Parts: sequence; structure tokens; C-alpha cells
Amino acid sequence: MTPQALVIAAILIPFAGAGLIALMRRNRNVRDAVTLVTALALAGVVYLILGDVLEGRAPATGAFEIAPGLELGLAVEPLGMLFACIAASLWIVNSIYSIGYMRGNNEPRQTIFYVCFAIAIASTIGVAFSANLLTLFLFYELLTLSTYPLVTHRADEEAVEGGRTYLILLLGTSTVLFLPAIIGTALIAGTLDFTPGGILAGKASGLTIALLLALFMFGIGKAALMPFHRWLPAAMVAPTPVSALLHAVAVVKAGVFAVMKVVVYIFGIDLLAASGESEWLVYVAAASLLTASVVALTKDNLKARLAYSTVSQLAYVVLAAALANSLAVVGGSMHIAMHAVGKITLFFCAGAIYTAAQKTEVSELSGLGRAMPFTFAAFFVAALSIVGLPPLGGVWSKWYLALGALDAKQFTMVAVLMVSSVLSLAYLLPIPFKAFFGKPADNPGPSAIKEAPLPCLIAIGLTAIACVVLFFFPTPVLELLERIDVR
Amino acid sequence: MISTHLPVLQVVLPLLGAVLCAMLHRGNWAWAVALVVSWTMPFIAGSLLLQVVADGPISYAIGGWSPPWGIEYRVDVVNAFVLVLVSSVGAVIMPYARLSVASEIAPERQAWFYAMYLLCLCGLLGITITDDAFNAFVFLEISSLSAYVLIALGRDRRALLAAYQYLILGTIGATFYVIGVGLLYTMTGTLNLVDIAGRIDAIETTRPILAALAFLTVGISLKLALFPLHVWLPNAYAYAPSVATAFLAATATKVAIYLLLRFFFSVFGVGFVFDTLPVTTIFLALSVAAMFGASIVAVFQDDVKRMLAYSSVAQIGYITLGIALANQTGLTGGIVHLFNHAIMKSALFLVLGAVFYRIGSVKIQELAGIGYRMPITMGAFVIAGLGIIGTPGTAGFISKWYLALGALEAGDWWIVFLLVGSSVISILYIGRVVEVVWFRPVGEAAKAASDPPNSMMIPALVLVAATVYFGIDADLTVGVAAQAAQTLLEGLK
Repeated sequence: MTPQALVIAAILIPFAGAGLIALMRRNRNVRDAVTLVTALALAGVVYLILGDVLEGRAPATGAFEIAPGLELGLAVEPLGMLFACIAASLWIVNSIYSIGYMRGNNEPRQTIFYVCFAIAIASTIGVAFSANLLTLFLFYELLTLSTYPLVTHRADEEAVEGGRTYLILLLGTSTVLFLPAIIGTALIAGTLDFTPGGILAGKASGLTIALLLALFMFGIGKAALMPFHRWLPAAMVAPTPVSALLHAVAVVKAGVFAVMKVVVYIFGIDLLAASGESEWLVYVAAASLLTASVVALTKDNLKARLAYSTVSQLAYVVLAAALANSLAVVGGSMHIAMHAVGKITLFFCAGAIYTAAQKTEVSELSGLGRAMPFTFAAFFVAALSIVGLPPLGGVWSKWYLALGALDAKQFTMVAVLMVSSVLSLAYLLPIPFKAFFGKPADNPGPSAIKEAPLPCLIAIGLTAIACVVLFFFPTPVLELLERIDVR
Repeated sequence: MISTHLPVLQVVLPLLGAVLCAMLHRGNWAWAVALVVSWTMPFIAGSLLLQVVADGPISYAIGGWSPPWGIEYRVDVVNAFVLVLVSSVGAVIMPYARLSVASEIAPERQAWFYAMYLLCLCGLLGITITDDAFNAFVFLEISSLSAYVLIALGRDRRALLAAYQYLILGTIGATFYVIGVGLLYTMTGTLNLVDIAGRIDAIETTRPILAALAFLTVGISLKLALFPLHVWLPNAYAYAPSVATAFLAATATKVAIYLLLRFFFSVFGVGFVFDTLPVTTIFLALSVAAMFGASIVAVFQDDVKRMLAYSSVAQIGYITLGIALANQTGLTGGIVHLFNHAIMKSALFLVLGAVFYRIGSVKIQELAGIGYRMPITMGAFVIAGLGIIGTPGTAGFISKWYLALGALEAGDWWIVFLLVGSSVISILYIGRVVEVVWFRPVGEAAKAASDPPNSMMIPALVLVAATVYFGIDADLTVGVAAQAAQTLLEGLK
């Protein structure tokens, strides 16, 4: 296949998978096999494209004109490539996990669950490979819409309520802020194409740049920059595989990925660095980062704590974008990958605990480590990666981020990064410690509790190992990211 | 031979069809006549559009009496586009009509329904195609009177009141219109729109011309349901038979908007209406009031049909906003939204008609969980609803994009935020239905429901498919709308 065909195939495969899953609804084994095969096929195609990109090519399709001035198109560049690789690889792991989780919990309406999941992945790949802002926006909205039925999956009062918050905040920010920003950009720059060095240089005044930047940063609600973060905790009513892949990886990363794309290819980091119009964003991101960490400390519900941890970790990437230098861009982009692998593991563990022991609160976990040693060991490993300690992958992204902050002469930000690491240590590590060394809860004896179903454990193992592997072999990721043309 | 007479056939065929329906007196036979006529119309309109895009305006002298003595039919890109819209909606709805009408209207009245429908179609196409101000009034009355009857045929007895209310307000509107035309005639001595346009420049600042513009504007605004002259619309749409609602929502207000465009741009001229007079300010204010006021009211409606009726008032605000911007991009957005809103809203009303056909109600509390029983129907509702919200990938996004771009070009960046703000309210009212329909346990009323027969399902799906298609490949709609906007801004001279 030609590189162009591969890029289109990467988007069509999960869509086709969604259709097939719907057709195979009668036999759940065949249906779940279709999900797995689709995920494998997608990953295969994405790796083929990766090969092309590593050889220095940039596969792209031509532009398809919707109407004069409105174009859709796909183009692969290193940042999007990295994002697509993460999403595609983790979808395989997550599918294995989903099968165990959904069957283990006897969840209803599993077919629609897998269908929406596949559509959400297709949208994610679409976001990753967008050649211009309009295409990105199209898939961004499709991602919101396709994940809405997943959030409301349980269809009870709480789920519908959560879904409402989710939809209104995400569609609201994207409609009220993101869309005007795109229209304004189209008018000022005359194009929406992602272009190395940006498209706004020399065309917009300082105030316009600051205004557009604000519209973009708050409009991309999926990046969960405070105060538009409430949808993420609300989304936690979804089944855990959804929280794991979509609300720790695909959806939120689509947000910070869009932030990176906008900063690097629409504004251009030179323009931002020279004009100084992104300075305010540094502080907003830092505030969001610290506040979310503190809120996470106060949450007893495990998934809520992880959600606020995600809000905080997303702000790292926004901070990186705001620092606007190439080291920070590498750090931020790398954080997309490192955080993804770590956080999905944590959510997998949370789901495994729920499946095996029906427990959702941190305070109920005392002593559970003896019944589920594997799960909590994995939790421990992933937590250290999120904190950013060696020998785990998370250390690299924080390293580059700190270098970026120093490069931008933002010494306070280095301190903020340190403080936040300590905070994340404080809200994550007590969980495995209590589980292993705490006194078991009174009833029912932990003897009745066993590890979660095997597919869940396989998934947890794979991602936990990935956290370690990424520490020793970060070069492929770095090699890819060094190809980002920041001008 | 026939092709030279297409303009008159466009109007005469439905008129003859209406007479035939009335004489046949049997519901099914009348339906067959209406179906044949409705399916002929898009071909005529389509070939007219192709002709004018290729060769420029067509002038047709009725009865061979050349204008200004005889009535002239004049087709250019602007009205050819509206002809295509009206006739296509009619054609798509007709197959749907048989079962829906049979279930909602007493057998002895069904033939009358089709007769009135064809009369209404005749009137709407007539207003669009004629170049004679008084002839337009005649067609306006034909379409209005038949519309009153169509609404009054609704099963709910409140339909009678709604039709009566519409009759009173519609008559006031028509009277204002005819007073305006009378004033124009006194001052220019002609009823031919092209001729009026030619003579008006010299006298445009005179009091009678100003008065004529005022009367015409108010009269037509009543018919197009410009906020706050929309009070007849919600009840009329809510209680009319489903088919009538879908048809009128897509066509009647749109044709009135066309008439307003014609007078503002072609007859009076952009410079006079928008630069000399404060029309822009007034229309902007009213459009924004419609976009917010009507949308907010829509959120609180329990009758989903009524909710969509208020949504129509809001969406008409988008179109008049495009008119008020009066620049190429904004006007393109307004005209393309005229088309897009017509297909999206008729799709939604057809879906509701299908629900009514199955469970005999469209109250929101009776729709709990109906998505599981009518999955295709409610899937169609979701997609058409996304169109109303203006999600990318649907036709609604295209209109919003051009409207917003037009506002920015005019330097009114705050309008962009009002536009998107109003879309957020539409998320609320569409989302509210989606929640009830898909995420509540199946209610008592919905238990026995199922997707409607194909003759009803397919027309609705065709319109939903069009909503998506014209959101992904809008070269056709935007191209024609841009050409229409250009024609309008250049004026007739």
C-alpha cells in the first residue's frame, strides 16, 4: 500500500471494526475477537506508517474541499505519529482488559460499548493525523460524541448526570471558544494548515495573539485546564476500561495533543517566545497543576483521585506548550506518552480491584495487597512512573520539562515541578502501602478476594512492564520527537 | 418546446393537481395525484436552476403578454435555488404522507388535505417564481389560506385555535404587504419588480417609499416569523398534522425570507436599505433576540414538536442575521442556512411524525426509552439534532461557519460569540430529548413501539443523509448560495 493509503486505512479500520462488531452482536466471542483483530490490524498499519516517518517521509493525503475555504486533509508528522502509536498500542492492551472486565462484571449492552469504543479510537487517530485545524476539530467533536454513550453506559441517574456534565462542558468549550478561535485564525491567516513555524507570524498583533491563545487553550476543553476540568471527574462513572483508555489516554491526550499542535504549528514557538504572549499561560497551567494535585489528595474515591491526578498531569503538557521552546516541546510531547502508559496501568488496577473486590474507595483498600499482590505491585510501579522516579519512564519527560523551564528562565516553574512531584507522591503511594501493610478491613475477610480475571492481569502486566522499558529505552521516542520541526 | 414553458408549469401543475384531488375525493387517489405532481416539481426546478446557472436569468411572459402589461415570471439563481428547495422537500415528504395522513386525518378529509397541500405548494412556488409584486400577493394568499386549512386539519382540537390565530396574524401580514405594494405602485406606476427597481433610485428618499419599505418589511416579517412576530408559529407547528408541519417548517417561512431578500436587495437596493436606514441594527437585534429567546423557551417545552417549533424561530434568527450582515460571506451563510435548516428541520419533524404514528404522542415524558424500541428513527433524530446544533460534519456547521466568518469580516466579532452561544442552548434542548429517549428505562407508552414502515422511514433517512452529505460536500449548496448572494448584492440594475 502507498503511504497515503495507509494513513486513510488507519482511520477506516476502526470504523470498519465498529460496523463489524455491530454485525457480530449475536455471538459475543466472535464480537470480542473482532475488537481484538481490529486493534491488531490498526496497530500494524500505524507501525508501518511509523516506519515511513522514521525514514524521514511525511505521508499526507491531498486536501478534500468541503466548500470554498473549508478543507479536510490528513498528514502525518512526528508528534501525531507518537500519539497514534500510543493510542493504537494501548487499544490492544485495553481490549484484552475490556473483555475480562466487561465479562467479569456482567455489564449490559456490551456491543454498543465496543462499537462506540472503536469509533472513539477512529476519531483519536483522526485527531492525530489531521493536516489542518478543521479536520482536527471534526474528529475532536466526533470523539466527544462517541464517548458520551460510554460515559452514560450504566444509564442510571448518576451516569446520566455525569454524561450531561461531560457533554455540556466539552461541547460547550469547543463550540464557544475553540470554534471562534479556529474561525478567527482562518480569517487572519487565510489557512488552517498545520505548518512548521506557524501560520500567524507577521499577521497578528500581540493582543490578537494573546486572545487567540486564550480561546484555544480554554476552548480545547479536553486538555482539562482549570476551570474547565469538571468533565473529567464526571466521566469517571463510565466503566473502568473507558476511564483507562479514553479518559487517561485517548480523550485527554487528544486535548493536550491539540494544544501542542496549535502552539507548534499554528502559532509557532518562536512567535510565542518572542512576543511573550504565552507567559500568562505558564502561570495558569502551574496553578491548575498544583490545585489539581491538592484536590487529588482530598479524594477518597480511587477513580476520582486518579482523575484529578490526570488533570494535574495534563497541565504539565500545557505548561510545556506555554514555555514555548524546543526542549519543553520534547518534554511535553514525551509526557503524553509516559503519562499514558503510567495512568492506564493505574486505572487498570482500579478496575481490577473493583472487579475482584467491588471496592471503589481508597480507605477500603487496607490489607487488600495480600489478596491481590500482583495488582498492587503494578500499581506501585505505575505510581512511581507518574511521580517521575527512576527506573521508570516518567522520569524522562519531567527531565526534559525541567530543562525546558530552565531554558525559558522560568526558575519558579522548576520548583513547581518539584512540589507537584512530591504532591503526587503523597496522593499515590499511600494506596499500595496501605494495601500491603495496612490492617485488613473487618468484613468480609480478604480470603474471599482473589486477583481479577486473567485478561485483566495480562493487560496490567503489559503496561507496567512498558513503564520500566520506557526508562531504559526512551531513544525511539526521542528520535521521533527530535524530528518535530519547530523552526 | 416544453422546456420554454417550464416556469409556468412549475406553478400550474400543482394548481391543476389540487383541483383533481378535490374532485377525486378518495384519499388514496388524491395521494397518488399529489405524489406524481410532487415528484415532477424537482425536475422542473432542477432544470431551471441548471439553465440559469449556465445562461443567466430566464424571463417568461405569462400568456404571451410581454411585461410590464402582462405578468412576468423571472428565474435567476436566487429563486431557482428556493424552487429546488421547496419542490425537493415536497417530493421527499409525499411518500411519507400516505400512512401518516391516513392515521391522523379522517378518511373523508384526506383528499382535501392533499388538495390543500398542492395549493400550498402552488402558492409557495408562485411567490418564488413571479416577478410581479401583486401576483406575489395573490400567491401569498393562496399559500396562506391553504396553510390555515392544513393546520386546522390537525387531530388535536387546539389545531383549530392555532389555525385561527395564524389566520388573523397572517392576514395582517398580507394586508401590510399589499399596502406596501400599493404605495410602490402609486410612486412608480408599475408592479414589475425589475421595473420598480429601475425607477426607485430617483425617489427613494420620499416618504411613501419609506412607508412602503416599512409596510413590506413588517408584513413579510410576520410571514417569516421574525422574532417577535413569531407568536403564531409554535402553536401552528405543534398542532398541525405531522406532514403539514414538516412541509410548512421547511418551506413556508423560507419562501417568505426569499421575498424579503428580493425586496431588500433587488428592489430597494443594498445601499438604501442597509446604509441609509438602520435596518442592519434592527435586524441584528431581532435576530439575536430570536436566537437566544426562542432557544431558551425551547429548552422548557414538554411537547417535542413545540420545542422544535421554537427552535425554528431561533434558526430563522440565524438566517436573518446573515441578511443583516449584508456582505458576501454573511449572506452566503444566511442563504445556505435557509437550505440546510429546511432539510434538517423537516427531517426532525418527519421523525416526530413517525413517533406520533406509533405511540400517538410526542410529549417528552412519554418518549422515555423509546430509542431502544425505535432505534433507527431515534438515531435519525440524533443526527439531525446534531445538524441543528451545528456539529462539524453536518450541514448546520457549514452555515454557522459562513455566518461567523461573515460577522468577522464585518468587524463584528461579538456576533461570533452570540452565534456559538446560541448553539450551546440548542445542545441543551436536543440533549434533553436524547437523554430521555436513550438513557431512561423504556416507558409504558413506548413499550409497543417499533420503527415505522419503510415508506415513512426512508423519506426521513433521505433528509438525514442530506444533512450529513451537505456537511461534508457542500460545494453545491455553498456554491449556489454564494452565487445567489452575489446576484442579490449586485441588485437588479
